[in-house]
Amino acid sequence: MPKDPTLKKIMLLGSGPIIIGQACEFDYSGTQACRALREEGCQIVLVNSNPATVMTDPSLSDRTYVEPMTPDVVAEIIRKERPDAVLPTFGGQTALNLAMDLAKSGVLEECGVRLIGADVDVIERAEDREVFRKLITGLGLYMAGSITAASFEEAAEFVGSRQFPVVIRPSFTLGGTGGGIAFNMEELKEAMERGLAASPVHEVLVEESLLGWKEIELEVIRDRAGNAVVVCGIENFDPMGVHTGDSITVAPIQTMADVEYQELRNEGIAIVNAVGVETGGCNIQFAVCPKTGKRAVIEMNPRVSRSSALASKATGFPIARIATKLALGYHLDELQNSITRQSCAAFEPSVDYCVVKAPRFDFEKFPGAKPILGFQMKSVGETMALGRNFREAFQKSLRGLEIGQSGFTERPARPGEKLPPLDERLRDPGPYRAFYLKEAMRKGYGVDQLSEMTGIDPWFLDQLNIIHQEEKHMGEVLGPLFSDNAPQPGPAEAVQWRRFKTHGFSDSQIAYVLSREGLESMDEDKVRRRRLLAGVKPTFRAVDTCAGEFEAYTPYFYSTYQGSPDAGEVPAGSSAKKIMILGGGPNRIGQGVEFDYCCVQAAMALREAGWQTIMVNSNPETVSTDFDMADRLYFEPLTVEDILAICEEEKPYGVLVQCGGQTPLNLSRRLKAAGVPIVGTSPEDIFLAEDRGAFNKLAAGLGIKQPQGGQAGNVEAACRIAQEVGYPVMARPDFVLGGRAMKIVNDEAELRRYWDEALSASSDGTVFIDRFLEDAVEMDVDALCDGEEVVVAAIMEHVEQAGVHSGDSACSIYPHTFTADQIERIRRHTTDLALALNTRGLINVQYAVQGDDIYLLEANPRASRTVPFVAKATGWPLARLAALVMTGTPLSKLPKPPLGNRGYNAVKEVKMPFDRFPGARIELGAEMRSTGEVMGLAVSFGQAFIKAQLAAGHKIPREGGVLLSICDHDKSRLVEPARKLVALGFKLYATQGTRRCLTENGLPCELVNKMAGSRPNLIDCISDGKIQLAVNTISGQGSARDGMVIRAENLKRGIPTYTTISALEALVEGLQRWGMQNKVAALQDFYTV
Amino acid sequence: MARPAALLMLADGTSFPGEAIGAAQDAWGEVVFNTSMSGYQEILTDPSYMGQLVNFTFPHIGNYGTNPDDNEAPEPKAAGLICTELDEPHSHWRSQKSLDRWLAELGVSGIAGVDTRALTLHLRKHGCLNGYISSTDLDPASLLEKARALPSMSGLNLADQASCHEDYQFASGHPKTVAVLDFGVKRSILTLLEKAGFSVRVWPGNTSAETILESGAHGVMLSNGPGDPAPCTTAIETVKKLLGRIPIFGICLGHQILALAVGGKTYKLPFGHRGANHPVRDEITGRILVTTQNHGFCVDPESLPEGVSVTHHNANDQTVEGISAPHLFAFSVQHHPEASPGPHDARYPFNQFRELIGQFEERSKNA
Repeated sequence: MPKDPTLKKIMLLGSGPIIIGQACEFDYSGTQACRALREEGCQIVLVNSNPATVMTDPSLSDRTYVEPMTPDVVAEIIRKERPDAVLPTFGGQTALNLAMDLAKSGVLEECGVRLIGADVDVIERAEDREVFRKLITGLGLYMAGSITAASFEEAAEFVGSRQFPVVIRPSFTLGGTGGGIAFNMEELKEAMERGLAASPVHEVLVEESLLGWKEIELEVIRDRAGNAVVVCGIENFDPMGVHTGDSITVAPIQTMADVEYQELRNEGIAIVNAVGVETGGCNIQFAVCPKTGKRAVIEMNPRVSRSSALASKATGFPIARIATKLALGYHLDELQNSITRQSCAAFEPSVDYCVVKAPRFDFEKFPGAKPILGFQMKSVGETMALGRNFREAFQKSLRGLEIGQSGFTERPARPGEKLPPLDERLRDPGPYRAFYLKEAMRKGYGVDQLSEMTGIDPWFLDQLNIIHQEEKHMGEVLGPLFSDNAPQPGPAEAVQWRRFKTHGFSDSQIAYVLSREGLESMDEDKVRRRRLLAGVKPTFRAVDTCAGEFEAYTPYFYSTYQGSPDAGEVPAGSSAKKIMILGGGPNRIGQGVEFDYCCVQAAMALREAGWQTIMVNSNPETVSTDFDMADRLYFEPLTVEDILAICEEEKPYGVLVQCGGQTPLNLSRRLKAAGVPIVGTSPEDIFLAEDRGAFNKLAAGLGIKQPQGGQAGNVEAACRIAQEVGYPVMARPDFVLGGRAMKIVNDEAELRRYWDEALSASSDGTVFIDRFLEDAVEMDVDALCDGEEVVVAAIMEHVEQAGVHSGDSACSIYPHTFTADQIERIRRHTTDLALALNTRGLINVQYAVQGDDIYLLEANPRASRTVPFVAKATGWPLARLAALVMTGTPLSKLPKPPLGNRGYNAVKEVKMPFDRFPGARIELGAEMRSTGEVMGLAVSFGQAFIKAQLAAGHKIPREGGVLLSICDHDKSRLVEPARKLVALGFKLYATQGTRRCLTENGLPCELVNKMAGSRPNLIDCISDGKIQLAVNTISGQGSARDGMVIRAENLKRGIPTYTTISALEALVEGLQRWGMQNKVAALQDFYTV
Repeated sequence: MARPAALLMLADGTSFPGEAIGAAQDAWGEVVFNTSMSGYQEILTDPSYMGQLVNFTFPHIGNYGTNPDDNEAPEPKAAGLICTELDEPHSHWRSQKSLDRWLAELGVSGIAGVDTRALTLHLRKHGCLNGYISSTDLDPASLLEKARALPSMSGLNLADQASCHEDYQFASGHPKTVAVLDFGVKRSILTLLEKAGFSVRVWPGNTSAETILESGAHGVMLSNGPGDPAPCTTAIETVKKLLGRIPIFGICLGHQILALAVGGKTYKLPFGHRGANHPVRDEITGRILVTTQNHGFCVDPESLPEGVSVTHHNANDQTVEGISAPHLFAFSVQHHPEASPGPHDARYPFNQFRELIGQFEERSKNA
């Protein structure tokens, strides 16, 4: 069946802001869907509130709605656009839930819109645990015993007749939010409370535990004719009990005989058919008892998922692209495998390599939260590696994590870190268990013992043991090559190097092992030099979906040391000059989809400009690692060794390090030193901006003010500087991402307490201590510079108080509280700085405005987190243009940004992950903790602000109580918005000073005691349910502590809390014209304003 | 316990170093690649691989060990195996011994440590070649001579060697019996016939048509088997005599023999289809089946006489995957409906065979 001709205009739903469990894998699948729809001549109406994504680039769809993904708003878009169908299977759980709401609301019927990919019945059958269970049992398959419970009592009764442990899974949540495991009644009670709160339908599933069973996933794709293929089987390294998103996973399955695998496959396809998935990709999870082979079905998702992104990258099979076309009516055999161009899409990829995915965690950012893995996903990113054996892939994936581990190595305690005993670290899965296995092997733990303790299959542990055993021989074999009387390198030596390299040992790991064994002053560079002298280099092999059976046309490569040194498969390619783009590696808080957006934009722009583009990245969730985003893709860890090997193979004209965030920047100096041609701003200039002394001098020379401060190498020096400039101070370790360990410090005792943490996060052992500018407003500026001219793309005003990390602060384009003169000065400063830093490409500058004074906080000549937001808000594609500037096009030949305010406002709001880290301190601070962002666009600032709030999922109240606790400085601006709140029918509650201000102005207001005062106090008031909204601006220390308490309590209860009067004003404006937020417009409309 | 060095020499002079595994004897045959990611034990015991050195593209072989249940024949049939890594440590609840030990005990040799992807790409470019593996003679020139001296697969009647030499009852107790002409039958074909409700009697491939007909069988299964179908002249003649007198179902080599018996022709594919992921379109239902394949020869659709239709095509290269001669009550498939290893999508012909036998009896009654 060819395409359904009635499907001309398709609405595609994205997944909204990045959250843990729903990250940029949906940008990848959505972007692929957009491209597939366009290829089929469909008009695309895209809805996604997340401006950081590639998919919301206005060039990828016809109508791009960056609007809140609420049923009301999306219904409006449907009424306006009248699409023929809605495709909800590419935007994760968000899109599925939204599709359900839309269907229930009747708007689909009203407008004659179909759901394609998955309809309401399918979604219900897969998502409702009870319905699903009946279906599975009906197929004669096994699911662990369970009940749906709406109370602790029901759960307790169920458990009474069975055995602990039991698993608690809330219905209709994603990434297992609110899920957990209980080993006793007390834990059950706790878990039930959390689970019921997390479930939108206040229901949880209580299930017998399959702890310790093997966990297997199948990625199945099905067409309308009923043809189904299994694209990939994935085996989890960690057994059941660790969320699959937090587990190291391996493809293909390694420890199942064919008989069992085929039975699993039959069951998977039977489930897909029974759920009634008509077309598209889905994912099914199984548990397999390692002792008996007994199987249990865990769950299925009738949509593309994180695993399908992984499966696509692991096999080369573009699941999202194919699923899109199937949704349009095609059958599998009518679609071509775009990699081989000979075979059709109705086949099951065969791979001739191993794939390992390793999760990346950010527990360090959430002190207080236990770093233990369970049913609720905690990882914030992942990296994938390919190798010609499991060991090579495993070691590559571990070094690809970029957490300072060069492979399968031990992980000693960090300064100030207290590690539990080894046995505990092995038994309780945590973020670093893989490295503790290495420690255990050194201490003599056997494979069987480790398997018993961890539940990890002995096959994997045996493989790790081979690495461990080989490492023992490294000193004796490779050591002599570095002695004074070392022999001339020759073929015999090459064999010795290959012996270790085929197990995946990195140069830095070898250097580490050799120096541990007594070889002095060993380093990675020495190892590499000697290895290259012996002629030992990796070969690059193609990912071709078919294990070599057909010729592959899409150049997607990985490196290996296994096999013939002359078996490389990289073709000569065209004569066009090559440009290499370094990606950002695994996502982490502070470095996520925004940088992938920049990389992809650069690749697209440069390809259009006639360059041959080469992408290097290790993150399977990204658009940049889609096999045809660049002319060539290297799926490799982002380390000096791996990148140098690719450069040696490709000999690019230039390498772009500005787009991928901190990862490539941190490598840039060493790459340059090794002779890699870096294009754009030179690494020296990038790092000049981080060199405190030199940068201060530069800024002073330009007449730009900076907060007083200095750089300290020890705690005494830090205290001295703090004393000089006066508390509070902003403390910032050198060279960190996302404000890691940044903190506002209020007194000397606090500074001393905090010092160790700051130092451990610092890369060069120093910490900046600056005066903290109280009552300031911060702003971000993104600009482009070609060395002669500077163009400011946008000035963003933060909506949160100063001191909140720019990545965690809501901000607005265009600024609305600054004078024209201030804005002019900011433009001038930015221009001066960009030129002085010899910027070629992007620069981001942060300022604080205190009174009329403008202070420079930092300047970074590279892509910033705000680049995609700026691009979407202004319509000026600065990331694309930056790539052209970096490769030599002068700004004068490029389009200019729109001048000034275009008659609308854009507000960025962030998404915090505190609900994932019970026990963590809930606060917005100088260290970034948000995982994602949304954008609200509207004519007025207030409307844009409200849209952003709704898009971020904040519950904006229409009535109820408002808690006000406002510092003196802001009180004059409070009265007007407070009056409007009263007029809107809100009841005001305020702390003493604030209340006085309000009553003096004739506004009714109830008194609330501060925390230090008598009870009932702030918290009592909140927990009584009297408060639906809070505004708390701070100045000084005591109120700051109260502020923290308020925010923590409110976050827990989902009560929106704002920290600036600007935010309150915006909110009030939005509330006054409630309903206006449902007025929708596509980006394309805004740009033509 | 380092393994002795070994060398694989192809007849075109390309060589691959590695280490000797299994029985560590010399091994030789046609080098073919298989892209299955699991099922090495089934593949090595599949009689269709007789005379062939199987190059496994998946880099870990032996990872789940061996067990007594997954054999397709009592002992390995492939001439040898070529792999990247033969895993000594293995893990599976049914595993009884490592693949290396299993091979050694059953006298099968091979070579590990080979860049199997490079070898596969070489075969893809140059077609299947003969090869010779040795760990005692590592002299390239001498090995090349040995590799070149090996006979070509074309024209070689391996089915005779793969067949049983005496008839035997595999399954009984069902009202209807299928006679299997054994050219190297896989055990799972017999098992699936039994599951389809038949008693099963296996006959040597050179059994006469008269003997089969006199045995009282209700249908004939032409089994899979190794090598070129053209030299199987005895079997082709037998089938010619059986056609129309008893329902026939052929698999793989049996399919090719049926095609030759109805007057068609076969030809050698450049490097064959060997793997567990080949899409086949059933032209009757339009459905796509993911199938296991293992064949170097193929039926030429142009050569088929009137009345014989092509029922299945390979969705990748559009080669013939199944034929049917309804007037003769005969049909066959090129792929392996029994899979083992591989997906079970294509198992329905066993039931079709039962229906066909029913229809044949209906007609005989009415006639």
